[in-house]
Amino acid sequence: MSAHQDHSAHGADHHDQDHHDDHMHADHGTFKSYVIGFLLAVILTVIPFWLVMGHVFSKSSTTGIVLLALAAVQVVVHMIYFLHMNTKSEGGWSMLALIFTGMMVFIMLSGSLWVMYHLNHNMMPGVMSETVPESIPALPDSNKMP
Amino acid sequence: MSNTTTSPVGALNAAPSSRYYVKEHHPENGTLLGFWIYLMSDCLIFACLFATYAVLGRNYAGGPSGAQVFELPVVALNTSLLLLSSITYGFAMLEMQKKQVRNTMLWLAVTGILGACFIGFELSEFAHLIAEGNGPQRSGFLTSFFSLVGTHGLHVTFGIVWLITLMFQLGKHGVTPENKRRLMCLSMFWHFLDVVWIGVFTFVYLMGVLP
Repeated sequence: MSAHQDHSAHGADHHDQDHHDDHMHADHGTFKSYVIGFLLAVILTVIPFWLVMGHVFSKSSTTGIVLLALAAVQVVVHMIYFLHMNTKSEGGWSMLALIFTGMMVFIMLSGSLWVMYHLNHNMMPGVMSETVPESIPALPDSNKMP
Repeated sequence: MSNTTTSPVGALNAAPSSRYYVKEHHPENGTLLGFWIYLMSDCLIFACLFATYAVLGRNYAGGPSGAQVFELPVVALNTSLLLLSSITYGFAMLEMQKKQVRNTMLWLAVTGILGACFIGFELSEFAHLIAEGNGPQRSGFLTSFFSLVGTHGLHVTFGIVWLITLMFQLGKHGVTPENKRRLMCLSMFWHFLDVVWIGVFTFVYLMGVLP
């Protein structure tokens, strides 16, 4: 671990020296930030695999919710430590684009699931069982009647 | 081009004027922001594919379910390969900041090899599925699975092509401002693909095998 810290300190020194050259790359991250991000990502990856492969929870719904929550946290970790997202980068425009995209994704996913769930629900054999068998034989009969 | 390479030296000698900052900042910021917006549009493509999978993911049409076809150890291996490639790319970026062309190339090569292994395992998984008659035409579940995971795999493949191109550029021109900008764009692309993979392994593989 001490080797890591030496390394990161060296990186930071160098960054200061080179500051005139890349004053806009302040959000580049350091050795330390990459390692922290990587360790967090490993932990947040191992837990979901362990939960599923070790059958930790008996109810799938519990596991599913925990999995989604962990994935959301891991996405944020990647955004901060690997993609160097913050409210100041590009004068806030990249954050604005990200928020807009997040909103679109949310509407798209929740809308699709909502609509298709209701469609599936109303197309279930059980719901239509009274109307379908009656209406289908009724058609040829009424044609033959006259 | 010569303008951008010489101006930092000028900035050292002369007091940095606001005009200089505007000149130096704008083009690079423009590219990175533009590339970020491209990534966000790419994110919408993946969101559509995720929504398709969410709707069709349990339509097995009498075919196999996720629990029957997914091999979680392989997925875990693939996930770790992609995660490792993310941090090795980060190291390449740090070496690029120090203007170490050789080390940058070395870390880029490691990243590319990890990405290629990822693609190799994914292709063998696909080949295995198709050989067993569980191709994309088998059921709605498999169609949406192949579209989503295949699109991600295609992105990684083109990321590797881009990475090899940039290694040639680095070897020829060294760490120039242009190459820095290109490497930063690829960095965003590569880390973005890892973010998408979080969604894939959680939502498709892990939640797919839940009873």
